[in-house]
Amino acid sequence: MQLKIDRINLVLREQISGVRVIRAFVRTPYEELKFSQASGELMDTTLKVTRTFAIMFPSLMLILNLSSVAVIWFGGKLVDTGQMPIGNLTAFLAYIMQILSSVMMAVMMSLMIPRAAASADRIKEVLMIQTSVVESLTPSAPAERNGRVEFVGVGFRYPGAEQSVLSNISFVAEPGKITAFVGSTGSGKSTLLNLIPRFIDVTSGSVLLDGLDVREQALEDLWQQIGWVPQRAFLFGGTVAENLRFGALDATEDALWEALDVAQAKDFVMELPEKLNSPVSQGGANFSGGQKQRLSIARAIVRNPHIYLLDDSFSALDFATDVKLRSALFHRSKSATVFVVAQRVSTVLQADQIIVLEQGEVVGSGTHHELMANCKTYKEIVLSQLSPEEAA
Amino acid sequence: MSSRETPVSTARQHTPIMRGPMGAMFGTPPAKSKDFKGSLKRLLSELGAERKTLATVMVLISTSVILGAFGPKILGRATNYVFYGFLGKRMSPGISKSEAINRLQSQGQDRLAAMIGKSSVIPGVGINFEAVSKLLLLAIVLYLFSSLFMWVQGYLMAGVTQRTVYRLRRLAEEKIGRLPLRYFDTQSRGDLLSRVTNDIDNISNSLQQGLSQILNSILTVASVLAMMIWISPVLAIVSLIAIPLSAFFSVRIGKRSQREFIAQWDWTGKLNGHVEEMHTGHSLIKVFGRRDRAISEFSSLNERLYESSFRAQFISGLIQPTTLLISNLIYVAIAVLGGYRVATGAMTLGDVQAFIQYSRQFGMPLAQIAGLINTVQSGAASAERLFQLLDAQEEEPDLANSITVNRARGDIVFKDVFFKYNPDQPLIEDFSLKVSAGQTVAIVGPTGAGKTTIVNLLMRFYEIDKGSITLDGTDIRELSRDNLRKQFGMVLQDTWLFTGTMSENIAFGEIDPDAQSVARAAKAANIDHFLRSLPGGYGSMLTDDNSTVSAGERQLITIARAFFADPAILILDEATSSVDTRTEVLVQEAMSKLRAGRTSFVIAHRLSTIRGADSILVMENGHLVEQGNHIDLMARKGRYFELYASQFSQALN
Repeated sequence: MQLKIDRINLVLREQISGVRVIRAFVRTPYEELKFSQASGELMDTTLKVTRTFAIMFPSLMLILNLSSVAVIWFGGKLVDTGQMPIGNLTAFLAYIMQILSSVMMAVMMSLMIPRAAASADRIKEVLMIQTSVVESLTPSAPAERNGRVEFVGVGFRYPGAEQSVLSNISFVAEPGKITAFVGSTGSGKSTLLNLIPRFIDVTSGSVLLDGLDVREQALEDLWQQIGWVPQRAFLFGGTVAENLRFGALDATEDALWEALDVAQAKDFVMELPEKLNSPVSQGGANFSGGQKQRLSIARAIVRNPHIYLLDDSFSALDFATDVKLRSALFHRSKSATVFVVAQRVSTVLQADQIIVLEQGEVVGSGTHHELMANCKTYKEIVLSQLSPEEAA
Repeated sequence: MSSRETPVSTARQHTPIMRGPMGAMFGTPPAKSKDFKGSLKRLLSELGAERKTLATVMVLISTSVILGAFGPKILGRATNYVFYGFLGKRMSPGISKSEAINRLQSQGQDRLAAMIGKSSVIPGVGINFEAVSKLLLLAIVLYLFSSLFMWVQGYLMAGVTQRTVYRLRRLAEEKIGRLPLRYFDTQSRGDLLSRVTNDIDNISNSLQQGLSQILNSILTVASVLAMMIWISPVLAIVSLIAIPLSAFFSVRIGKRSQREFIAQWDWTGKLNGHVEEMHTGHSLIKVFGRRDRAISEFSSLNERLYESSFRAQFISGLIQPTTLLISNLIYVAIAVLGGYRVATGAMTLGDVQAFIQYSRQFGMPLAQIAGLINTVQSGAASAERLFQLLDAQEEEPDLANSITVNRARGDIVFKDVFFKYNPDQPLIEDFSLKVSAGQTVAIVGPTGAGKTTIVNLLMRFYEIDKGSITLDGTDIRELSRDNLRKQFGMVLQDTWLFTGTMSENIAFGEIDPDAQSVARAAKAANIDHFLRSLPGGYGSMLTDDNSTVSAGERQLITIARAFFADPAILILDEATSSVDTRTEVLVQEAMSKLRAGRTSFVIAHRLSTIRGADSILVMENGHLVEQGNHIDLMARKGRYFELYASQFSQALN
């Protein structure tokens, strides 16, 4: 029965999400046919089940009523032969009534047990998951912090997976330089970035920050170095200022405005009725995608980190804002190590170092001009987005 | 019993708390309907088609309840025979009843004498098992029929409910087919889905449990009460005292616990909100060093929830023992009073026994009615939500004398078109555009700029406010929507594929499509090779989370779909670079093949398409800001120029 319900839900969900396509191709009658089939099947199954259940209660009543009758018959015999006092007869009947209500209760409860058990299993599943990233018990700190990141023969593979997401990746990202990653979806760009803050750990090789393996550093200390702007901009419920101070509780108001300015968010925050104290609803739903992205960039800037991880962070911005923001940001973070993952080729053209990934391997690295000359994959990607003269 | 869960309810994901009489009373806050009576009435009127069956069901329930109500009385009679036989056996045989009474009176046992005087004791004669067996046989027959009727009613009721629910579901489905696109765009899709699934399930539950159970409970209370009064009005009054007494305590305690339940739900909501936010923003929390604060916030919320839940559960848990205590005290009172009356001969033993059985039966349906009211209320709330959907405004019907076009050439003219989604936000004003058959129109602009608006108007997903759009010289409003849309093919970025085989997806709804045409379409879309390489070929199933089919391949399948439909006019939403490079080349190639010889509207992301287009529309914030071809627009140095230039700015340096 659950299967049939799932089927209906599936058909409906597809219909609602695909309403444009369905209407465009004039396929409403076909979808209605699918639905009424699924609905009919559900009705038949539900009918069968409820009808089976309908017999439960009357038969339970019958059993208990018949046992009352039996009590009087056999009790009467016992009373007749003097083996039982007559009062017990009445007592017995009263007991049967009590049993009746308890049995009902038990039946009711027994219907709940499988559901409770299923819930318990799900909770257990969550509790049994092992944390894959474990903090070092004896963390050490590098002598100096400047944000130099080095990948040495890094590989990553999900447990049980046949193929590695990343294999044998080595490069150095220097402070003050921009390192960009390009490649198609699934080439491992985001996975690579996630290794730096240890959202996941390498399965071979090592990631060094300031000369020390990230796994040997204290997590809080490591994260302190990073300004992360996730792919999907996410804001927390509260005010704009609270969100900006998310990673730097004591930042001054001036610092907040400065960050907003860099992130090209100053104008629209200025226009908000309560400026910095304007409310942000959960997830940032009261801001547009582009505004969220800019606020989320400002949030990272307020931290003044050594390392910026920009994971496709400009996707919701229009071209003009994208350009202004990037130039302001790179200007402002001159001494920081900047990592950029981008879908738009135009975003990465000016990076100091572009690393081209394909199926988890580095197939080229260098500047735009170097890569155009000697990396076929890069050239393909660029030409799929830009015309030859634009790419030159 | 109302607590009998029909398995339907397992589908509802938000019923963590038992929904029996007790659960319903204190579990989830009952969803309140704005117009309870109206919704209920309308829901009941939906049952109109089942009038005959419903009448049968009511007759069956009534008969069953009344038959069942006679049971204890008959058993009481049988007990009397047992009792009298028991007494008679203890008297010397051969004497008459009056002699026995006299003898007892002379021994000073006046009460016993009085009792026997009113009974049918025959001294010296034991239990009349023949009479007992007749009575018991009668009881068995009554009980058998009572249960049989109850079962038949349950069987019929299941049919009534399920058929009604099926009908409601179909109404909702047909309604979805007639709703304007505006509805889908402005309402939450999850909410719509939930109205058609969860709410209908809930209606099904409350119909199944509510209707017959309420009738059953009310009739049981009435008939049991009648039997009690018939047996002994005095005892009946005594046992009725239990009702106001229990009600008083239940309400007092219930009110107190209600406050705590509200607090409990309040804290649950806050805790869930916190968990959801922390879960979505988990990585941010970590990197920005907010782990400890998130944990301590959770703990304090959790602590508050624990406290309010504990109080709520504890206080509401007092109700049952209290009412149980009251009913037990009443039970003792009835036993004592009844015993006294038996001793004085005012009542027979069997009647007392029957009375006790009745008084025990009395409480249960009362408690049930309280719970059922909640079930019905929540059903009415769901019904209201469903009716809102059914009452939503529909698309204007097509013109009765609409023109039919077989295959359009593809000349499209927008003339002085005005359009706005919201009455106070004009979007497109005085827009005119002439597209000759075979031309390409590119629509550019940042995400969310309203590039789909033009598509919405063209395909009449939305109707224009003023002006006209003509297809080959005919106003598109004079065509039927279906006929108009048949002229278009659409390839959208969010590749909408449904669960089914590959070839079903390409033929999209064509019953029994010609395999050759499907293959031809697939070949044209560069996907034939891929489909053949699948284990099931064209018959392979495509599911929601099909990891074997990449985003690019999905796109190709939708292109094949457009080839299969072979429309005169195309609407293409170019893929962004979420596709690997090799597939990307295939997609572009297939798209340009598809464009050949057809009028096309391309939502463009690539400069190559834009530059070759016969006309370019630049959209921003839902407005159409510029219009012209590449050279014109570049010369104008406006938004288009900026957009174009920004892709090549040397801003990084």
